[in-house]
Amino acid sequence: MLSLHIPTLSATLLKLSPSSNSRTKTQRRHAAHFTFQPDPVPTQYGPTQKMNLFQSVTSALDNTLASDPTAVIFGEDVAFGGVFRCTVGLRDKYGKDRVFNTPLCEQGIVGFGIGAAVAGATAIAEIQFADYIYPAFDQIVNEAAKYRYRSGNLFDCGNLTIRAPWGCVGHGSLYHSQSPEAFFAHCPGIKVVIPRSPVQAKGLLLACIADQNPCIFFEPKILYRAAVEQVPVEPYTIPLSQAEILQEGSDVTLVAWGTQIHVMREVANMAQEKLGVSCELIDLQTILPWDTETVCKSVVKTGRLLISHEAPITGGFAAEISSTVQEECFLNLEAPISRVCGYDTPFPHIFEPFYIPDKWKCFEAIKKMINY
Amino acid sequence: MLQTQLLSNHHFNFGRRGRDSSVGRAGKCDVHRLEEGPPLKAELTREQGLRYYRIMQTVRRMELKADQLYKQKIIRGFCHLYDGQEACAVGIEAAINPSDHLITAYRAHGYTYTRGIAVKEILAELTGRRGGVAKGKGGSMHMYAPHFYGGNGIVGAQVPLGAGIALACQYQGNNQVCVALYGDGAANQGQLFESFNMAALWKLPCIFTCENNQYGMGTSVERASASTDYYKRGDFIPGIRVDGMDVLCVREAFKFAAEHCRSGKGPIVMELKTYRYHGHSMSDPGVSYRTREEIQEVRSKSDPITMLKERMLSNNMASVEEFKEIDIAIRKEVEEAAQYATSDPEPPLEELCNHIFSNDSPLEVRGTNPWARLKSVS
Repeated sequence: MLSLHIPTLSATLLKLSPSSNSRTKTQRRHAAHFTFQPDPVPTQYGPTQKMNLFQSVTSALDNTLASDPTAVIFGEDVAFGGVFRCTVGLRDKYGKDRVFNTPLCEQGIVGFGIGAAVAGATAIAEIQFADYIYPAFDQIVNEAAKYRYRSGNLFDCGNLTIRAPWGCVGHGSLYHSQSPEAFFAHCPGIKVVIPRSPVQAKGLLLACIADQNPCIFFEPKILYRAAVEQVPVEPYTIPLSQAEILQEGSDVTLVAWGTQIHVMREVANMAQEKLGVSCELIDLQTILPWDTETVCKSVVKTGRLLISHEAPITGGFAAEISSTVQEECFLNLEAPISRVCGYDTPFPHIFEPFYIPDKWKCFEAIKKMINY
Repeated sequence: MLQTQLLSNHHFNFGRRGRDSSVGRAGKCDVHRLEEGPPLKAELTREQGLRYYRIMQTVRRMELKADQLYKQKIIRGFCHLYDGQEACAVGIEAAINPSDHLITAYRAHGYTYTRGIAVKEILAELTGRRGGVAKGKGGSMHMYAPHFYGGNGIVGAQVPLGAGIALACQYQGNNQVCVALYGDGAANQGQLFESFNMAALWKLPCIFTCENNQYGMGTSVERASASTDYYKRGDFIPGIRVDGMDVLCVREAFKFAAEHCRSGKGPIVMELKTYRYHGHSMSDPGVSYRTREEIQEVRSKSDPITMLKERMLSNNMASVEEFKEIDIAIRKEVEEAAQYATSDPEPPLEELCNHIFSNDSPLEVRGTNPWARLKSVS
């Protein structure tokens, strides 16, 4: 695994300790808290092309519109390509009856999407930022998730997929940085999926679209341009509800998803170099329903678990994982399960570098677990 | 097309009346469910004219300075600029009292200034420093002042809040009104219609105001709304459409609206037809969904500051030198404010956790282990 060690990055991050008064304020705000690590080029899906995250999403949507005549894409400003360029070119290629703008009404967008899906169209709704998904919360939780159940399988909105940019972006502040996966994890009936890279994004998005259940697909917005990989041009799917073990290890299990995977990769390297600790890194990928088996098997092997996410710690998804793992693997645990997450505050404006669970906090947590 | 809509019948023709004041004549505003609209005449004194000019020019220069600072990466995050729409903020403020209430969405810098916050506090909030109006914790979208409730990020969410403020005014019997602003994009949000219903049902003194700048981010009004007559969207609520580029039109219309509300007739919906020169935010160049020619045309023919200045000059209410002096003074003020905003220190780390809840004793904030144990003071 190639580790890109950038001296200025570490030096800048070192200055982030609360006790220091650094002069390099603008410098600090520019350094990302991670470095994207591309996966090896997949060979089993055919020819590949260099794409970043938003291009891989466009590719997935392109494949879908081409193969499925009932597929429609809608949301705010998707017609000209979308605020993150995920739908660039699709309207010109497939027509304005298949790729169209909606007015500014999230509740309406999702409700409309549910209706379209129930009637048989493959509906792909875009919510402009995950922070704005809350007006649609009722529609998702009460309508979409429970449709099949309450109609006794007569009707369902499995053809619905909701996409939303997700997670911190360095300067997003309160309403452009949220990670609401925990709110939706509490709702049986929907699936919640978060990719870590372009190859994963395309495969998982296509899997969500194909899946016969309403799915929410959160796309880490900080990776839209930063993550570049060789992505297969043909359609392919990556199975949902299967966590992926990215790196095998024997001492500590690390669980994360989305952007945080890249932070954890660096943490794993740091732990190996500085503590001689071998970490097993798992990308959960599907938040709901999550792959309990893979995680528990790993913890049985290592005995220690660290879960990390940007969302606030109380009630964050790490709590669910933690609770299940202690139930299943209680006697195997060598140390209490550690969660390194965002603070219980609204996502801050200027304090973002202090708020996010960066690699130093995770490293510290591993140290504590090893020495328990 | 846009041009004629903005200018049709809505501008004042000033009669000569001497240096200190002028009376203007205007065409009728479009009204909905009203017997009569705002008056056709308005008086502008020299003192008022210079004041409106100064305030509008300050907002303009402040926004342009924010643009500059953003491009220098001293301001980061999301920044929604108000230049082009100054007449709305200034006209509204001229019509209501400081004790009245106002709430708007994220394009809030102009209103923060008109509601009484100094330029340097606004710029310091944009740069996230401790001298900022929200202690640097809010940023561009979250600025507040006495009787000014922000500064709200979620589109449309501020309108039910405005209705609630109006309810409080009615309940307390203090004869105050609340101006609840939103944009043409937000006009399609469901919660607006819920607010309209409640306000009309209970006759709340709420002036719902749609600042129609023709574009909801990248979508033009024709492509977003089945009906672009936003002043009629209140259906059972009376409405007025006003030329939002003319500060006097705005002032007279809002005086009328405030009177309507204060007399217990219930809410009213206003539509201000205005225009923004910048894109939706600093991340939006603003030319992928409209042409540069359109922006130029509005700038040359309907710029609110230029219009006011020319009217005052042609009526001998002020001289070119006086305006120049005002401009120079404003430039200095904004420059100093920018200096302050760049040099003020950032808020201390403890502020990260403060004011989450209201608590008597410091509350330990979860999640801040293992790095530091932070407490929340409120």
